[in-house]
Amino acid sequence: MGKYVAKRIIQVIPTLFFVILTAFLLMKLIPGDPAMILLGPQARAEDIARFRQQLGLDRPLPVQFLIYLKRVLTGDLGTSLVYRQSVLSLILERLPVTVTLSLCALVIAVSIGIPAGVMAAMKHNSFIDLLVTILALMGLSIPIFWFGMMLIIVFSLELGWLPAVGLGDPTKGLWDVVSHFILPSLALGILSTGTIARFTRSSMLEVLNQDYIRTAYAKGIRRSLILYRHALRNALVPVITVIGLQLGNLLAGAVLTETVFALPGLGKLMVDGIFRRDYMLVQGEVLFTAILYIFVNLAVDIAYAFINPKIRQTYRGV
Amino acid sequence: MNPLLLVEDLAVEFKTRLGKFYVPDGVTFSVFEGECVGLVGESGSGKSVTALAIMGLLPKNARVARGRILFDGVDITSGNDHPRGKKMSMVFQNPLNSLNPNMKIGQQLCEVLEENFKMSKEEARKRVIETMTKLGIPEAEKMLERYPFEYSGGMRQRAMIAMAMLCEPKLLIADEPTTALDVTIQAQIMRLFKQLKSSSRTSILFISHDLSVVSQIADRIIVMYAGKICEISPVKQLFEDPLHPYTQGLIASVPDLKKKGSKLRSIEGNVPSLLDPPTGCRFHPRCNKKLEICTQHEPDEVQMKDRIVKCWLYEKAGI
Repeated sequence: MGKYVAKRIIQVIPTLFFVILTAFLLMKLIPGDPAMILLGPQARAEDIARFRQQLGLDRPLPVQFLIYLKRVLTGDLGTSLVYRQSVLSLILERLPVTVTLSLCALVIAVSIGIPAGVMAAMKHNSFIDLLVTILALMGLSIPIFWFGMMLIIVFSLELGWLPAVGLGDPTKGLWDVVSHFILPSLALGILSTGTIARFTRSSMLEVLNQDYIRTAYAKGIRRSLILYRHALRNALVPVITVIGLQLGNLLAGAVLTETVFALPGLGKLMVDGIFRRDYMLVQGEVLFTAILYIFVNLAVDIAYAFINPKIRQTYRGV
Repeated sequence: MNPLLLVEDLAVEFKTRLGKFYVPDGVTFSVFEGECVGLVGESGSGKSVTALAIMGLLPKNARVARGRILFDGVDITSGNDHPRGKKMSMVFQNPLNSLNPNMKIGQQLCEVLEENFKMSKEEARKRVIETMTKLGIPEAEKMLERYPFEYSGGMRQRAMIAMAMLCEPKLLIADEPTTALDVTIQAQIMRLFKQLKSSSRTSILFISHDLSVVSQIADRIIVMYAGKICEISPVKQLFEDPLHPYTQGLIASVPDLKKKGSKLRSIEGNVPSLLDPPTGCRFHPRCNKKLEICTQHEPDEVQMKDRIVKCWLYEKAGI
């Protein structure tokens, strides 16, 4: 087992390298001289030259990359041009909001998606199956920003049940904080709910047609036991991978959700950074999100090994 | 003596996009206590469906349209309150697909006893180890903790047989239990079945497409063709004097190793489509002894001592 984990971790290294390289090259692809953009059109030529030297922009590209690589590896993602603050500290400040939002959305997606998928599969070709399939497809197709605004219109403006935007105030009690997360989590979770429901349905359908389910019936044991112990457990194995991958999508979807609901998370920081042309911030955030995604995937792979006896046993005792 | 299993005029209807068809279509046979009955036929002849109907495990698009199934004097045709897992069990063709891949073998076996006989975990475990050892699984205690993919093909089928024998069933249905296995393993599993037959009072319904496999173990053989029974006969008479032209063709197709260089015999033609079966006797398009009447009317069962044959050739003789 340890060997498997080690192998997966080592495999991450080249991925990381290419992500850093891409983040570096992306900045090089942006038209215009960063020094000139940063100093403004009125800057004097010698100031620009000095600034270029300061930033290391006069060095050859590979050298620039090595310098960048070294900085990134020591945890230095640069300094935001707008905030005049280290990019990493800005990111870490906003991270809890985004992580909370993504996890809430995931909880909603799993707790609706899996039961819906199971029900659809068990009542294959029935009205419920059709309903779940249509709703799941809608969930997949509805744009987050539109759905988010609809939620605000219905639940905040019309019904007045829940606050529309912003973070709650912890001094006003737990409910104030929780209530501010409900609509954003719903808006963000709807996409993954659709994906998870569809995956659960097809996986469950496939499992229910397997010979070993027939064997379980032939044993004469209770139907509930067959469905839970034999069918659902096997059906969830591929679904768990999908759920893990959803976490990455949710982090990405947070950009839209946080903008609609004015939540001060990573996504909002990114959008603001783009609008204000805060290149260092955008570069740092892209890199950070990519690395986060890689590590979420790694965690999913390792978790998968734990639930899949075939991998677990292959690496048993090593 | 009343038979343990009585299948009477059983017809199973399948609904497909192309239409309805019936397979099996009106089969009648019985299995007595302690007896081993072989069920032989080509694929599509309805042997497996017959088995699934007896087990009450027909697929969703199929239903018993006609006839009834009596087990131990009780009508089990509806499939409700079925004795499977308690007095009746089944071994399937492909042991790898038939075992839950993400569950330890031990748990899959213990489950039967815990659920159907309310045994405690320890009791069940003890019984499972006993049964596995009896069926030739070495180091059963260790093997309990393994997953199906860690078993060899032969061991998997032994585990499947152990699973079926745990409840000490009155009837064991074996559906092509050796077909998916290597030839050497096939022989081992056949020996195991013979051993089971002689050591327990369990009746066996042994299904195979291979007449020579069935003949090793069966007391009586039922030959099926296109959803109908052609002939039911004790094994010895069947080989010495096959009555139905289809049975004669089957036996002639078994290659004879003593006659080197002789041509491999086969039955000309193909199995008919069950969506549109031939009128009269279903075998008549391939039969080399067909009469005028065979194309028009289906033959009745003709009882000839302890044998039954459905063929017009004997209808005359019977009258």
